[in-house]
Amino acid sequence: MNRSRYARRRRRSTVFMGLSIAATLFGLGWLGMILGALLYQGFSGLDISVFTKSTPPPAAAGGLLNAIVGSLLMVFFAVAIGTPVGLMAGTYLGEYGRHGRLGFVVRFLNDILLSAPSIVLGLFIYDAMVLTMGHFSAWAGGVALATIVIPVVVRTTENILLLIPNTLREAAAALGAGHSIIIRQITWRAARAGIITGLLLAVARISGETAPLLFTALNNQFFSLDPNGPMASLPVSIFQMAMSPYADWHRLAWSGALLITMAVLILSITARAVESRSEQ
Amino acid sequence: MVDLALKEDATSKPATSRMPGNLGSDRTFRAISVSSAVAVLVMFTGIMAALIYGAWPAISAFGLSFLWTEIWNPVTQKFGAVAPIYGTLVTSLIAMLIAVPVGIGIAIFLTELCPPSLRRPIGIAVELLAGIPSIIYGIWGLFVLAPFVQQYVMPPVIDAFSNVPVLSDLFAGPPYGIGIFTAGVILAIMVLPFITAVSRDVFLAVPPVLKEAAYGLGATKWEVEYNVVLPYARGGVVGGIMLALGRALGETMAVTFVIGNANRVSTSLFAPGTTISASIANEFTEAVGPLYAPALVFLGLILFFVTVIVLGAAQYMLYRLEKRAGGKS
Repeated sequence: MNRSRYARRRRRSTVFMGLSIAATLFGLGWLGMILGALLYQGFSGLDISVFTKSTPPPAAAGGLLNAIVGSLLMVFFAVAIGTPVGLMAGTYLGEYGRHGRLGFVVRFLNDILLSAPSIVLGLFIYDAMVLTMGHFSAWAGGVALATIVIPVVVRTTENILLLIPNTLREAAAALGAGHSIIIRQITWRAARAGIITGLLLAVARISGETAPLLFTALNNQFFSLDPNGPMASLPVSIFQMAMSPYADWHRLAWSGALLITMAVLILSITARAVESRSEQ
Repeated sequence: MVDLALKEDATSKPATSRMPGNLGSDRTFRAISVSSAVAVLVMFTGIMAALIYGAWPAISAFGLSFLWTEIWNPVTQKFGAVAPIYGTLVTSLIAMLIAVPVGIGIAIFLTELCPPSLRRPIGIAVELLAGIPSIIYGIWGLFVLAPFVQQYVMPPVIDAFSNVPVLSDLFAGPPYGIGIFTAGVILAIMVLPFITAVSRDVFLAVPPVLKEAAYGLGATKWEVEYNVVLPYARGGVVGGIMLALGRALGETMAVTFVIGNANRVSTSLFAPGTTISASIANEFTEAVGPLYAPALVFLGLILFFVTVIVLGAAQYMLYRLEKRAGGKS
């Protein structure tokens, strides 16, 4: 056996494995730097007025109250619209249309929508709602976000339904339950944790979405609860403030970014906890 | 339990009449379910239709020459898509050049080298990277990465290549910090987790006997990865890369912050530029004139079309893989 050749191959292997460790450190390094900057900058600007005051004029004290409330409201609209549609469509894919042609097409298009550019969804709702209504509105913003919620809920619902053992359905059918009873009382119940996980992930996904809101809900300097008019949201406010030349607005933008990231992380961790608890 | 249920049934009326869901509600439920599925279909075609409708004035005014005209003049209402298309492609290319090797490297680390106790935390950390909203990458890129690149990356690179023929054009100009290059780097960080997640899953699906056989023949770790694992997992890895590419092409906010929004084609990677999504995000609400907004929607239509093709191809590859895995088990 050629010893030097074997040594060379070993060295080569060590080098490439070293590179893969370096790649991991590189990837984790970015995460560390982003979270570090976010915590440092975000907390240094965070105080009570962030939660109690609305968007200030440039170079004045203020907060993000209007944006926080707007975001909550529009996320709520999006979930209220998107969940039933997504749940039922996912149920179709997982229960009725597993092998059918409609099921195949819907599954394929849904997976594309899952990763489709969100700015295009904003343009879609602009044409479909803002132009027909004649003005920007929080309704339109909520619907634009719902177009993102639906594919996420469809995908997670179908995935979890496919994991439910068929014997459960067969047992219910043998007792005389109709198809809708089987789905509502048996499979949905068995899939509950997975469905909730999907919903939490969908909320995490939309709470930071900016692009679909730019031309649907627009922005609003003032506190507003009127869903028929333009409404501020955290992501759009961050965008506007970060791109401005004012240091006060930059500080608020960082605080807003910290709030969004915290919300997203808490949602994903909760989703993970729900998922792992159901696995036990 | 079973005995009891049987006895009860035997002594009472036929089950169907007592069940809260009879044939009628079965049908309604199924109809709601089908129409929801159709709603997804309608949403997809609706996006297409709305984009074509919104872009129609621009489509009829410029036609296909929109694709190869490099002009963007709101005053004379003349528009062409070359600069945004160029910016979109180049930023995505930079992103893939960085993210593909790093993403696969992390996947190799996670499946082969990582101590089992670290596997879960690192996997979660990579998934966190995927969960961070794009606007966070944007603000971080603008306030942290861009100044860093401006100070420590661009000047030495520009100096180093100032006398090398081709490279001096690629890395030229004043170091703004923002621009095509910085946008590409941000995109790379954003799509990295997609490549890693998919690659890791397909690497884990490689049958251990294949690897054991290769080790038995005396192969080194790298040889096993390169000659056994990667070829076996190729379809999935390519699918993951396409998925990431689809994301990179359409990503808006992270890019909009750091691209500089200059509607022109520059040979230098350090120059400000624009992408399709950044142009739309920056200009759509201010678009006045008969053709400005339609031209932006036309850009959106092109973007949607391209991403649908890329994501469709990715989906097709991943489905085929699933089918293979399903057929084997």
